[in-house]
Amino acid sequence: MHLKKVLIDNKSLIGLLLLMCAVSLFSPNFLTVDNLLNILRQTSINAIIALGMTYVILTAGIDLSVGSVLAFSSAICATLIANDSSMIVAVFATLAVGGLLGAANGVVISFFGVQPFIATLVGMTIVRGATLVYTGGRPISTGDFDVAESFYTLGGGYLFGIPIPIIIALVVFVIGWIILNKARLGRYVYAIGGSEQVTRIAGINVNTVKMTVYVLSGVMAALAGIILTARLESAQPTAGAGYELDAIAAVVLGGTSLMGGRGTLVGTLIGALIIGVLNNALNLMDVSSYYQQIAKGAVILLAVVVDSRVKHTS
Amino acid sequence: MTTLLQLDGISKSFSGINVLDKVNLEMQAGSVIGLAGENGAGKSTLMKIITGVYSKDEGRLRLRGEEKVFNTPRQAMDAGIAIIHQELNLLPELSVAENIFLGREPKGFLGLINQLIMHEKTVQLMQRLNQKISPDQTVGSLSIAQQQMVEIARALSFDADVIIMDEPTDALSERESEILFQVVDDLKSQGKALAYISHRLQEIFKLCNEVAVLRDGSMVHSGATQDIDEDELIRHMVGRTLSEKYPYTAAVPGDTRLRVENIHAPGVNDFSFSARAGEVIGFSGLAGSGRTEFARALYGMTCVSQGVVEIDGTAVSIHTPGDAVSAGVGYVTEDRKGEGLIQDHGLRSNMTLSALSLFQTKYGLIDRRREIDAVHKYIEVFSIKTQSSEMPVAQLSGGNQQKVSIAKTLIPGPRIVILDEPTRGVDVGAKREIYLLIQQLKEQGLCILLMSSDLPEILGISDRIMVVARGHVIAEFTREEADQEKIMHAAIAREEKCI
Repeated sequence: MHLKKVLIDNKSLIGLLLLMCAVSLFSPNFLTVDNLLNILRQTSINAIIALGMTYVILTAGIDLSVGSVLAFSSAICATLIANDSSMIVAVFATLAVGGLLGAANGVVISFFGVQPFIATLVGMTIVRGATLVYTGGRPISTGDFDVAESFYTLGGGYLFGIPIPIIIALVVFVIGWIILNKARLGRYVYAIGGSEQVTRIAGINVNTVKMTVYVLSGVMAALAGIILTARLESAQPTAGAGYELDAIAAVVLGGTSLMGGRGTLVGTLIGALIIGVLNNALNLMDVSSYYQQIAKGAVILLAVVVDSRVKHTS
Repeated sequence: MTTLLQLDGISKSFSGINVLDKVNLEMQAGSVIGLAGENGAGKSTLMKIITGVYSKDEGRLRLRGEEKVFNTPRQAMDAGIAIIHQELNLLPELSVAENIFLGREPKGFLGLINQLIMHEKTVQLMQRLNQKISPDQTVGSLSIAQQQMVEIARALSFDADVIIMDEPTDALSERESEILFQVVDDLKSQGKALAYISHRLQEIFKLCNEVAVLRDGSMVHSGATQDIDEDELIRHMVGRTLSEKYPYTAAVPGDTRLRVENIHAPGVNDFSFSARAGEVIGFSGLAGSGRTEFARALYGMTCVSQGVVEIDGTAVSIHTPGDAVSAGVGYVTEDRKGEGLIQDHGLRSNMTLSALSLFQTKYGLIDRRREIDAVHKYIEVFSIKTQSSEMPVAQLSGGNQQKVSIAKTLIPGPRIVILDEPTRGVDVGAKREIYLLIQQLKEQGLCILLMSSDLPEILGISDRIMVVARGHVIAEFTREEADQEKIMHAAIAREEKCI
């Protein structure tokens, strides 16, 4: 009885470990330090976006605009670096841009009462369009100033032998976890997902909380955009297309309910790792990128079906 | 009399806990049996076994002498057993006829729905119930009472001759209840076998010719209603004698705590009164009188357009529930599920939701230790029956949920507490505990505004009584002057004058 509960509570983690065992049988190169660090580095961008997405989904919302916000922020960031602005200014200005775009989503959702799915779908289209207009459809290089070189370390550098994107993702997750589990904001996020009406009547300013959550999601998308820009030393106008789906998949694989009110950030981290390991494994096994999408979709579907089965039987 | 439904030694347990223990029950044609029992006594489980929602562990179910096993609710319905739930299971966007025939619409040309037959059959059903409800109206536009009639019509459309009603009057006004009682009588004379579940014992005595009492999963009494009185029935239900039904202690009221002057808000029209610290003010009135509307306006859920609200001599302006909580006003809603508690979340997070700032450390984080201590204090003082402070409130009984709801309102430390139908859907034992609690709060100097459509309750525990009609306080009585008749007269006289 007790064992069963432990298994059910940790089903995402068990799934990840099983996946890793399976992959290591097929590919001897999988369980090497280099490859594992590689997976973590590739996962960090999705994990950061998925962190903001977790907050949003916990309030029973959704944010489809993250991929577009990432691309737009990336373009702004590359422009600033290419014009020799200081790194601090570039980073904070980019985060602010992400936050503003998130705030726009938040205003439409909380104050005009538009459903999150529609509001952020519109946001996704408009911001992507704005990115294409701004870049003229061409990549923006981070340029040749000295700052571009130090900026590169944010995406490609190491600290104590660990890729910097991993360190950034870890720091963000620790802060995100503390806010979600120990601060008032986190409790209100869960409460709104549980029942918006009950939360409103309990005297909580629901609109402010929802605004905050979409701002956070925008800031996280911008942070992911900064890391991607640094790593590629350029901003791509089509960057981040489809990232919203990977982030949502990570949140759902991590056991967070799309109805809101239930879920954890640790789960999201595991969910992002499952997707990362899967991508890596398919590459190692030389699966063509066309088949990769099918395989990835199938595994996510399997995981969600198993999850709902387990929920029904328990 | 013929026996339509016979239950023999029905037992059911969930995860090792016996919920029903060898229960016998017979339902006769042309008879209404009242089913009484505290929350958690097993009434709902028994009804769910009869209607095929749960399967029984042991025992036999016979319908018209034939042994039956129902695996799905649909099988039970097709066999002629229908249940009218506390919560209505209708689709508000669809029409009356569409709701009644959902899933078995009469087919016509090319397999399309034959609207004509559906329409006609609905008219016939409504005639049988003496109701003037058009088949084409959308269900969402009907009153709760009318929606219930649609549910009953749906049951009749299955040719159900065993009909179970679970707390049907909970959401009805007194006048609407009368209509329902009439329909119950009609069904009885048409030879149906009815089971009537209610916390309102007067209704059981009024409607039922037989009564059965469940306690802790066992049938502890069954027999003719005329052979038993209310006190004896309560004794069977709780297994002990409840001393006085409405505990009341006269209090020494303090200074004026709340003064409301000429308030206007949606459904509230020129509302004035004042209340003192340490006083319980009962608000009585028919459904739609403006009683709940006033509570909502005072709590900032609707907009006060005119008038003055003073708390302890200071004028306050309340625009949101948040303003109300900071001004020291607490509100225990009548709709626990929709507005009071997050059903999937635990006791702790529900109880402290309005007061998290009280548990903050200087770093802005929540001190879990202090929070849990506060929650445990309320679990103990209110004797809330729960396995842990993390158990989802949906798993608590109605009475315990109500206690959590009251605790949630008290934790921020209000000076005025509005209780809207605090004992609705709550069993006899828990009702008394809630009354005692109200007395305690009063002695601690809180000002309590009690909104209730249960007149004996208002008379039993209030210090002063306001009669509300048309969004307005039309009469005020002291505890000594008030009686049931005076209050009803005041309320009805005013209603009629305006119509």
